[in-house]
Amino acid sequence: MLVEEIMKREVIHLQADATIAEALQLLERHHIRHIPIVDESLAVTGIVSDRDLRDASPSVFNLEDSEHELNHPLDSIMSQPVVTVHPLDFVEEIARIFYEQEFAALPVVQNNQLVGIVTEKDMLHTLIQLTGTNVQSSHIEVKVPHRPGILPEVASLFGKRNVNIVSVLIYPFKDDPNFKILVFRIQTMNPLPLLEDLREAGYELMWPNTLPEGNQ
Amino acid sequence: MTGKAAFVYSDELLNYHFHPDHPFNQKRVLLTKELLEAAGQLNEDDLITPRVATDRELALFHDTAYMEALKKASNGLLSENKGLEFGIGTEDTPIFPGMHEAAAALTGASLTAVDAVLQGKVKHAFNSGGGLHHGLKRKAAGFCIYNDGAVAIKYIREKYNARVLYVDTDAHHGDGVQWAFYDDPNVCTFSIHETGRYLFPGTGNVSERGIKDGHGYAFNLPIDAFTEDESFLQLYESAFREIAAYFQPDVIVTQNGADAHCYDPLTHLCATTIIYEKIPKLAHTLAHQYCDGKWIALGGGGYDIWRVVPRAWAQVWNVMKTGEALTGELPASWLEKWQQEAPRPLPAQWQDGSDIVPDIPRKQDITEKNALMLEQLLKYTKLPNSDKRS
Repeated sequence: MLVEEIMKREVIHLQADATIAEALQLLERHHIRHIPIVDESLAVTGIVSDRDLRDASPSVFNLEDSEHELNHPLDSIMSQPVVTVHPLDFVEEIARIFYEQEFAALPVVQNNQLVGIVTEKDMLHTLIQLTGTNVQSSHIEVKVPHRPGILPEVASLFGKRNVNIVSVLIYPFKDDPNFKILVFRIQTMNPLPLLEDLREAGYELMWPNTLPEGNQ
Repeated sequence: MTGKAAFVYSDELLNYHFHPDHPFNQKRVLLTKELLEAAGQLNEDDLITPRVATDRELALFHDTAYMEALKKASNGLLSENKGLEFGIGTEDTPIFPGMHEAAAALTGASLTAVDAVLQGKVKHAFNSGGGLHHGLKRKAAGFCIYNDGAVAIKYIREKYNARVLYVDTDAHHGDGVQWAFYDDPNVCTFSIHETGRYLFPGTGNVSERGIKDGHGYAFNLPIDAFTEDESFLQLYESAFREIAAYFQPDVIVTQNGADAHCYDPLTHLCATTIIYEKIPKLAHTLAHQYCDGKWIALGGGGYDIWRVVPRAWAQVWNVMKTGEALTGELPASWLEKWQQEAPRPLPAQWQDGSDIVPDIPRKQDITEKNALMLEQLLKYTKLPNSDKRS
């Protein structure tokens, strides 16, 4: 999946000479937490977060001088250089950036111009879609030996039953490198015939389908 | 119909039939009716004949394009691709001749129940053929074509302007009805179900609470696989009482799916007949406490159609009619007639013995997790409750 498929294209941005007060208003109005700073050609020169802005705001105990502080330009507090990504980067690559560098938003830049932004929340939404839990479905976990060809073998049983697969995930099985857990979300309320097929083919089903024939 | 309760029935309700191997089997409706007749609990005076839902009524919830597709499918005129767009022609909801008419009949039966109660002819009414809670606005899903519960509640809102509390005790999340009223503060939905972690449809988290004006009027209690009677009832009873006190409904609609029983092949819950006595009893009590008795019960899931569903649904009616569940032996004539067809020995008593529940090793953990879930939900019923009726 590509960044351009999950990024927001309408990006609220400011120029470096805008004031802290203006930036605070924008955060409030648009319920956002990051504002990329650009020059006249829309090239990204910095970024300010809600935390940067609060750090630069006067304390609530000391509001007399607030006018002065809120009128500082953003280039006095913005972070730079900015880590940016490209619309054709992979979502899993930028997930690593979020995880390792602990940013919460990444501007998307193409031809040296700001074209989008991806936040941690967009990333989580994408992960939810990858798990398939946003579609009416049942969930089946199968423990399989970790060897080539196992996935199509198991998946062919779903095809034979004419059951649509919403998502497939492959997890490690605890610390044992010889096994994997295949997680299927399938578009049916009646997984019984399929569970029987899987048992019959000798695959090990995981909780809560560990008891044969339901629980009778 | 002269008593304080009405049983909606006609043989047309049995026409909702996908194919002989499909787990959803409306023979349950007939088995329930005959069980009650054999027990002397149901006679001509209790019955009302259902009407069929009109297109206008179905359109209170469903998209007309979806209805048109169903009419075509009904006559064998829908292409496979077009069908899949509407969830028609899948393993769960395969096409069968007359499917539109059959689904419209089930929905009409729920509307008949609504009218009987809200026109004051009876206090309670039961359509065991209804409760098809997975149907979406423009999509068939989870064995459900038209969502009779959603249509009936839309109808109550439009025709009677009453505030509705919908309580869904099916083992699957009542998602279709929840989404239908997710932004509506005049309809409060409460579903208790096996966690969607494994089970269809996957939703029904405690954090799903409604949106916009409807925020705070959707309640969900997802319970762990292998939950038993005691924990189920502790959650159901506390939550239902608190939610009713919080919402102050004018009428209660219950969906009485009977698939949380340990015999049910499709789910992993481990209840017995005990919950199927207590579920309708509390609905009955709270309907009298808040709604002058106005209570409409619908059927729902239930896939052990021989050993579980007839007894479970018969108790809904027993409670409606007399306030009490029946105990002791099942009528011999009913057992004799149906044992020939049933694939396993039928139970001889209204109540299960406790020996039918398998030994569950994680019982303590399950009970504890369920109690935590209840605690989370109950936080939301303690909000200040001013001007609810304005």
